[in-house]
Amino acid sequence: MTEVATDTNVGEAVVFWICSILAVSGALGMVLSRKAVHSALWIALTMINLAILYVANSAPFLGMVQVIVYTGAVMMLFLFVLMVVGVDSSDSLIETIKGQRIASIVLGVGLGVLLVWGVANGLTETTSVGLDTANAADGGNVQGIAHLIFTQYLLAFELTSALLITAAMGAMVLAHRERWLNPPKQKDLSTERFRGDGHPGNLPPPGVYARHNAVDTPALLPDGSPLEESIPAPVRARSDARPVDHADVREVHEITEGE
Amino acid sequence: MNPSNYVVLSALLFSIGTIGVLVRRNAIIVFMSVELMLNAANLAFVAFARMNGNLDGQVVAFFVMVVAASEVVVGLAIIVTIFRTRRSASVDEPNLLKY
Repeated sequence: MTEVATDTNVGEAVVFWICSILAVSGALGMVLSRKAVHSALWIALTMINLAILYVANSAPFLGMVQVIVYTGAVMMLFLFVLMVVGVDSSDSLIETIKGQRIASIVLGVGLGVLLVWGVANGLTETTSVGLDTANAADGGNVQGIAHLIFTQYLLAFELTSALLITAAMGAMVLAHRERWLNPPKQKDLSTERFRGDGHPGNLPPPGVYARHNAVDTPALLPDGSPLEESIPAPVRARSDARPVDHADVREVHEITEGE
Repeated sequence: MNPSNYVVLSALLFSIGTIGVLVRRNAIIVFMSVELMLNAANLAFVAFARMNGNLDGQVVAFFVMVVAASEVVVGLAIIVTIFRTRRSASVDEPNLLKY
């Protein structure tokens, strides 16, 4: 690649290489991580580095907007939705279309090679004018962008306000859930509890009348038999409950008889 | 350093985003990949604006950000609605319109 007249210096080259490596690794981490939350954090890294690159490209306003809108608003929205949808909703490995994964990887890498090769070859002779004069014309980058937005692109700018209002309305309509039945009151819940076949009150805690009060020790009924429901359901599901020592039961029984 | 390096980086990020859209099944990750592609296009706009000494590219990138923000809002609302009815965030699950 021949060196052409550019407006870059060594400092910008250092910033570019550090930030571009971080941005590409963030993008790769986003595609490759199995959990959606990790993907969200990786792409936040990419977006922050892109903001730094915007500032290096004499676009400080866009860099700030990138940090505020993308890493601040959009990614946090993604994280909130991940909390609603379920943090550990990972991908299924079943392919609905046979060979789709391999084919798409091959096509994507091919697209990348073509794009990178074409761009790198096509832009070798370009000279960079630099934005210093364009930024200085109105007194700064923000003023220059404001000048363009409120003169040449005024109609588009007004239309984006309509777009934002419509998007907010659409999100509210989509996320709204109409309640068809009245929510159950405390009285209804209580009636429900006593009508059902379950235990109406609190379940006995583990270890009642037993020799230990660890969570895996079942409570003992007055006749000395263990009550399985006193053990928390997860422990019961793992069948980790401590077996009742009948010698202990007899001992407790003798102690209470003796008194 | 040639400023066209920025455009090369943008092409690289765009292709990674494409691979993400094609390979991943989780609708939210697919959506994040679309966001990555939009960001790559923005980087190309900003780099070309700098090369041409013209602020129009930055204005277009600004509009892309606005449209992307509203797109994210509506898209995530649709994902949440589908998740409520189908209990799944996979893009393979909603096949009710297939037959």
